[in-house]
Amino acid sequence: MMLVLTRKLNEVIQIGEDIEIKIVGIEGDQIKLGITAPKEIDVHRKEIYLEIQKENQEAINNGLDLLHILKSQEKNT
Amino acid sequence: MNIDTKYFGQVTIKEKDLFSFPKGLPGFSSEKKFALLNIPDNPAFLILQSTTDVNVAFVMISPHQVDQNYEVKLDVATRELLEIESIEDVHLLGIITLKDTFSESTINLQAPIILNHKQRLGKQYITNHKAYSTRTPIASVREQGA
Repeated sequence: MMLVLTRKLNEVIQIGEDIEIKIVGIEGDQIKLGITAPKEIDVHRKEIYLEIQKENQEAINNGLDLLHILKSQEKNT
Repeated sequence: MNIDTKYFGQVTIKEKDLFSFPKGLPGFSSEKKFALLNIPDNPAFLILQSTTDVNVAFVMISPHQVDQNYEVKLDVATRELLEIESIEDVHLLGIITLKDTFSESTINLQAPIILNHKQRLGKQYITNHKAYSTRTPIASVREQGA
């Protein structure tokens, strides 16, 4: 379930004790958010986080001939 | 202790030499203990091998091999998480995605691996630097730099 709230410029949403999300700017179809959260909470743009997850998944799909690839690279240099 | 590795079979490593990743890595949040392994005869490359899932093994090189001017600014939360006291203790590495040929392979400069080798702590750090891509070609950057 998603909670939907309407906010105006400079209004804030409080999440729990220590997370605040403030609307700091509205320009056309872009909204600027100011996020205050405890430093142990990582805040990321979702698409960037997903991209890194995906790249990590791909990075472990190296075949077992990795050592062979690296060896042949060495010969080329 | 003995751990199973993806590329080298069973390897014996001292527990104190393992790296803890308190938050795992994006996509691998339950992998929290890794061994850092050298590749025989190829000192530029390192393997970050999970001790709990043999298939989770990342190939890494120093980002400076690809981009001499590469730098990241660590936020306070990361410096505290990794208990970094001195820059000397920090080892910066980039995960490589290998393709069929080495020249098509890429390095993730947007989210480097930060290791504090003194405290044996690590994290994949997501930079907000727009110029750094998750898929920087290894070869092309090298040519530009040359």
